Amino acid sequence: MTNKKSVFDEENANKMYILSVIVENKPGVLFRITNLFRSRNFNIESITVGITEKPDLSRMTITTVSDVKTLEQLVKQLQKLIDVIQINVLNKENAVYRELALIKMNAKDPTTRIEIANFASIYRGNIMDISNETITVEIIGTPDKIDAFKNLVSSYGIIQVARTGVSALPRGAVDDDL
Amino acid sequence: MSEMSGAAALMAALEKEKVEFIFGLPGGANLPIYDALVDSKIRHILVRHEQSAAHMADGYARIKRKAGVCFATSGPGATNLVTGIATAYADSSPIIAVTGQVALPMIGKDAFQETDIIGVTNPCTKYAFQPRVASEIPEMVKKSFYIAESGRPGPVLVDIPKDVQQQITRMEFPEYIKVRGYNPVVDADLSEINKACEMLLKAEKPIIMAGGGVILSGAFSELQALAELLSIPVVTTFKGKGAFPENHQLALGPIGMHGHAEANKMVLEADCILAIGARFSDRTVGRFDEFGKDINVIHFDVDPAEIGKNKSVNAAVIGDVKSSLRSLIKLIPKNFKTNEEITKLWMARKRELVNYYEDSIKDYSREITAKKALKKLRELLPAEGIVTTEVGQCQMWASLHFDVISPGTFFSSTGLGTMGFGFPASIGAKAAKTDVPVVDIAGDGSFNMTENSLAVSVLEELPVIVFLLNNQMLGMVAQWQRTFYNRRYSGVHQRNCPDYCKLAESYGAQAFRVSSMDELDKAIKNSLKSDIATVIDIPIDPDEDVYPFVAPGTGLKDMIIGA
Repeated sequence: MTNKKSVFDEENANKMYILSVIVENKPGVLFRITNLFRSRNFNIESITVGITEKPDLSRMTITTVSDVKTLEQLVKQLQKLIDVIQINVLNKENAVYRELALIKMNAKDPTTRIEIANFASIYRGNIMDISNETITVEIIGTPDKIDAFKNLVSSYGIIQVARTGVSALPRGAVDDDL
Repeated sequence: MSEMSGAAALMAALEKEKVEFIFGLPGGANLPIYDALVDSKIRHILVRHEQSAAHMADGYARIKRKAGVCFATSGPGATNLVTGIATAYADSSPIIAVTGQVALPMIGKDAFQETDIIGVTNPCTKYAFQPRVASEIPEMVKKSFYIAESGRPGPVLVDIPKDVQQQITRMEFPEYIKVRGYNPVVDADLSEINKACEMLLKAEKPIIMAGGGVILSGAFSELQALAELLSIPVVTTFKGKGAFPENHQLALGPIGMHGHAEANKMVLEADCILAIGARFSDRTVGRFDEFGKDINVIHFDVDPAEIGKNKSVNAAVIGDVKSSLRSLIKLIPKNFKTNEEITKLWMARKRELVNYYEDSIKDYSREITAKKALKKLRELLPAEGIVTTEVGQCQMWASLHFDVISPGTFFSSTGLGTMGFGFPASIGAKAAKTDVPVVDIAGDGSFNMTENSLAVSVLEELPVIVFLLNNQMLGMVAQWQRTFYNRRYSGVHQRNCPDYCKLAESYGAQAFRVSSMDELDKAIKNSLKSDIATVIDIPIDPDEDVYPFVAPGTGLKDMIIGA
């Protein structure tokens, strides 16, 4: 673990944590992990899974809101799962983390389209699709940034939202040996 | 390297693990395995219900300190194992459950007798394997034993599709295996042991709370050495009962909901608690927030996730408790002397409490009571005899009134509290150790659930003694209804059915029904002399309660010592 002392020592109430979990890339692993969250009453805000630089390993990025004690127990219970190889507890300071969102809005009126396109460019988003009635924007960033954009455009009428959940990596040199 | 079927490879792999017994029942999806069994040296014990197979494997494991093996077919065979697997999981007992599964092309098609048993057992297994090709079987079996037996032990499931059992291929049996995400034993942190040692040495009223981990790791002599070295009284959890000889002058017996009164009281008065291989369960500590409040609590455990789960502690030593205890003992200075004055006071307090409760907990008066019967059993059963229990009043009476003298000779379904566990588990224990008598302290409610294992005990010549405290009631439920529901009895009357003597005799077992302490004395002596399964039917009063009692949701200080 890269941050052995930092996270658990902090005293705080509920806070968002990002768990970067290296697991065996094989069937049933996602089930075991989500089942653990359910059976022990832990909460998952988002979960993403993808293959890593090694084909037999996947990286799961799980965001959870909890207090330090619950987080500690969650990490230990995850560590007990035999398919879990390594866990990094990340936070805003020690990680790069990003989420992608696709947001589809009402945009019948040309002024609206221009406004949304302007907002999207301020947020470094991309227009992915435009139809006669709608416009779909892709936003990449921290969950806060995506929330902010959503709030900004909510008055136009959001029709659909698809969010990927957070993907994250620790900053700087790699000290794990997998 | 040689060619063989998946089923034959399974049997060969089990033989390599030196498996002596398989407890099981065949069906459609494990026929190839049962065919391979014909050519195997391993002895198969045919059960009458798969739940009992899992309990037998569990009982075998607890006495042999090595994984027990059970077999079942797919679907209902596999789901019948679940209660047994969950029982083993709750009590950290290593069992390997091998289930047949429908053939690979049928999986997911809702085939006949298809169940997703890996999904069903996920929360109560340490791990599960499903080989997709036969050549995976030898390595998976080896990994199963490694995972089940190491670290904090637990059940492992191996679910083998029928076509994989039949597939013939070249097999390699690995000598060494590595499970990358699994590091079961870590070296204990010496600085934490140091911290623990300092806390213990400066404590004036220390107490040891020994849990099941002491039994699992076989740390009996280390525990006794530490207790004697520092004159520390020892209480146990219920799972830890018998981790420490209960006739020892430092022994106080189990604490908890139906713990010994003096043990519960001493824990409340202690100024430092050393918990060894214990998980601070609700049944043991009452209220998490009250237990060990404002005093030093030290926790030794092999499972890091147990540290701080229910109870925050002041020092935590993670690692095998046997080696942690050895390290701790080494740290105690050679010339260290406990403060005699203080130790004397603490010991005097112990004696005072023992005497106080002996006088104040009134005995139920009747010719035969559970307490008298169990004291009689203790008097006649050799110290090395193995005792297990069913669940309910019989279990708690056993905890209170049957002293375990030889460490590691007692076990029970303490975590899951599975009625019907004791009898099949006692047969498993007998298989593990045929040269000592094995007794199941039973109640009529629990015995009913797995009584058909009488056939196994008789036919397989694994004779055990069922010590049946028969109150014709689901007694513990009745006690709670008496205590908390104003005697509104609901669904607790078993009545006098069946006739346990006739039942036993119909299976070819012997039976005694006793109506006096003299008859009980004779019945126990006769059972111990004979080598066939025996049921001793001991009628007791349905109103006899278990006391002391710490009501659920209250703390040890709220203990009630009588009605």
